[in-house]
Amino acid sequence: MRSKRRGTGLGTAGIIVMDKSTDIVRAISRISYFYKHESCGQCTPCREGTGWMFRMMDRMVRGEAEAHEIDTLWEVTKQVEGHTICALGDAAAWPIQGLIRHFRPELERRIAARSAVVRAAE
Amino acid sequence: MPKLTVNGIEVEVEAGATVLQACEEAGFEIPRFCYHERLSIAGNCRMCLVDMERAPKPVASCAMPAADGMAIDTQSERVKKAREGVMEFLLANHPLDCPICDQGGECDLQDQAMAFGGDASRYTENKRAVDEKHMGPLIKTVMTRCIHCTRCVRFATEVAGVPELGAIGRGETMEITTYLEKTLASELSANVIDLCPVGALTSQPYAFVSRPWELNKVESVDVMDAQGANIRIDARGGQVLRVLPRLNEAVNEEWITDKARYAIDGLRRQRLDQPYLRGADGRLHPASWPEALEALRAAIKKARPSGMGAIIGDQLDAESIFAVKTLMDKLGSPNLDCRQDGAKLDGKRRASYLFNSTIAGIDEADALLIIGSNPRLEAPVMNARIRRRWLNSDIKIAHIGPQMDATYPSEWLGEEADLLTRLADGSHPFAKVLQQAERPMLILGGGALRRADGAALLGKARQIAEQTGMIGKGWNGFNVLHTAASRVAGLDIGAVPGKGGLSAADMLAAAQDGSLKLLWLLGADELDMNGLEKCFTVYQGHHGDAGAHAADLVLPAAAWTEKNGLYVNFEGRVQEGRRAVFPPGEAREDWAIIRALAELLGINLGFDSQDELRQMLCASHPHFADLDEITPAKWAKFGSTARLKGGVIEAGLTEFYMSCAISRASETMAACRKAAAQSEPAQAAE
Repeated sequence: MRSKRRGTGLGTAGIIVMDKSTDIVRAISRISYFYKHESCGQCTPCREGTGWMFRMMDRMVRGEAEAHEIDTLWEVTKQVEGHTICALGDAAAWPIQGLIRHFRPELERRIAARSAVVRAAE
Repeated sequence: MPKLTVNGIEVEVEAGATVLQACEEAGFEIPRFCYHERLSIAGNCRMCLVDMERAPKPVASCAMPAADGMAIDTQSERVKKAREGVMEFLLANHPLDCPICDQGGECDLQDQAMAFGGDASRYTENKRAVDEKHMGPLIKTVMTRCIHCTRCVRFATEVAGVPELGAIGRGETMEITTYLEKTLASELSANVIDLCPVGALTSQPYAFVSRPWELNKVESVDVMDAQGANIRIDARGGQVLRVLPRLNEAVNEEWITDKARYAIDGLRRQRLDQPYLRGADGRLHPASWPEALEALRAAIKKARPSGMGAIIGDQLDAESIFAVKTLMDKLGSPNLDCRQDGAKLDGKRRASYLFNSTIAGIDEADALLIIGSNPRLEAPVMNARIRRRWLNSDIKIAHIGPQMDATYPSEWLGEEADLLTRLADGSHPFAKVLQQAERPMLILGGGALRRADGAALLGKARQIAEQTGMIGKGWNGFNVLHTAASRVAGLDIGAVPGKGGLSAADMLAAAQDGSLKLLWLLGADELDMNGLEKCFTVYQGHHGDAGAHAADLVLPAAAWTEKNGLYVNFEGRVQEGRRAVFPPGEAREDWAIIRALAELLGINLGFDSQDELRQMLCASHPHFADLDEITPAKWAKFGSTARLKGGVIEAGLTEFYMSCAISRASETMAACRKAAAQSEPAQAAE
């Protein structure tokens, strides 16, 4: 239960080893896509939430977001977690929560970099 | 009986109740979309989450059985957050098209979003769009609005018994669909429109017609079949725009048939709005009321009492039947008949023509024999109850008559009338099944009763009932299933041929050979109108259907939505229909026409208003005063003991959608009939 104590998780009790060359945001976005794809669609939070989370994650990879959307994303994961029929909703929420908990500066860096490029182009 | 506390309030609920029901019991409203009292529990919308003591997560209250000692909290911060969260998810992919959505004003999603949702939307991604589905001429689909509560799927599968709705795809791309883009093959299909909590399934004929707050709502009863389903008529500006079911646990629960709901567009077409009189040129010409009534008075005077006759149609109110009966009695004519289908019921013993078990009694029956009836077409809402009984118990069902798909398996015993003899003497194996059952019942339909030997069949059915123990303390399993809303009232009032009087069929024969001089049809259209030229035929009714085409004098009358009146359903339950709009043009209420005619004839019928008429009716038939009640009928000997004539027994009705003047004038019913015929090419070919 180490991952639980660390407040992270890449799935249901799973461990994935990645070295430092891995794009962590891209990795979590890919995991998020997996859960969106696997959601059966029966209950509301998972059906609607996994798609929403993936789309936000997909933008986070490229920094195409506002800084406050990190908090929105956090809240969306909290709205899915614990409200679904099965554990797939929880499992979809935890990797993103772990990402925000441990790599928030990386998310903010990408958003800042992207907005600097947009501003330069204007 | 588990005891639990909800927000500190202690409640005791019935065993098997859910936490959601316990919360309601304690007075706390729980928002929900997928949960519905009459459908199985799905637990998929997650709107009804509540906090339960010692539970790590909020629980879905609709799916959680209430247990002793539970402590439920519906007002905690966590519950509030959970509701707001689920609501935000539901709205995330829901289109913002409320201004053009027909559900607006009566939308569960709208209401609950206001009551339990957050204030602003945070969803900035693209919204999902879903292809429309084809569900036939009644159900309009805007599937982008669907919130996947699966109420419609559960209704079709469980209540209607047509498992043709379902979900395809998964996750975000899950869609509710009829798998083959087929019309929903059910007589109850449009109930999914009421069940849909959003605007995904709305009424096709009512699309963009009106907003709910613009409508005048009147509580009434349905006359399209004899079940007397409780309805609400919504009208605006003199037009009936829609019909919705009203809750009545004993009669229709909360369902109505597609015909009850949608035949109303027939009320706007083919209407008789002024009197017509056949001129010397053989054509009908518009006439004034005084001219028309004078023509009828002269005809009555010319035809002696024995030379005139009246036939009562299938949708006439009880007061008017009573008024006709009183007038015919005063004129001294015995030729009066309310059984235009020719059912051999004499109306002498009330138990002989009622659905004695009552509709609610079906929930207790454990064996059922159906004779000469297809309840799926004749009383679809009652049929759904039989189906539910079959789902919830091991009731044995068999039928005599044509083979049918009643939405539950029914053993087909054959169609020969002689089967009844074998059932009555106990030599048929199903007689044993009935004998061994605790609460056996039989349903006798029009297919048997309208045969020439209908009285003998009625007698045999009585014998079967008596031999197999259907008649006992607190239980009467003998049931007649009528299809006409006015029939039981007519029989109660005694609108049957008097001494030496002619029945409906005899009157037609006498009219054809000229011995009957005057035939008065009160909304009677289901007759063979050929060869009536020798007889002065009067049609009093609301539609230009078979009767009006054959008539020499047409008196325009009010349809059932345009008058107050009492109706008695096949159980013998007296219910009140109320006026929603006024009749068109110069059309008048039936009782007023009869009253005016009597005055012209110099006969005092004893009433000057409908209230007085109703008082007279109640005075001579006291059970009419007991609205919404059933007076159990005393068991007695009835029917004939004559030998059966052999041959086969038919079903009562073979056509559902167009079975009366109103539904035949309805474009919607015509479309339904066409769609039903198209969706069953395989069966038609057989």
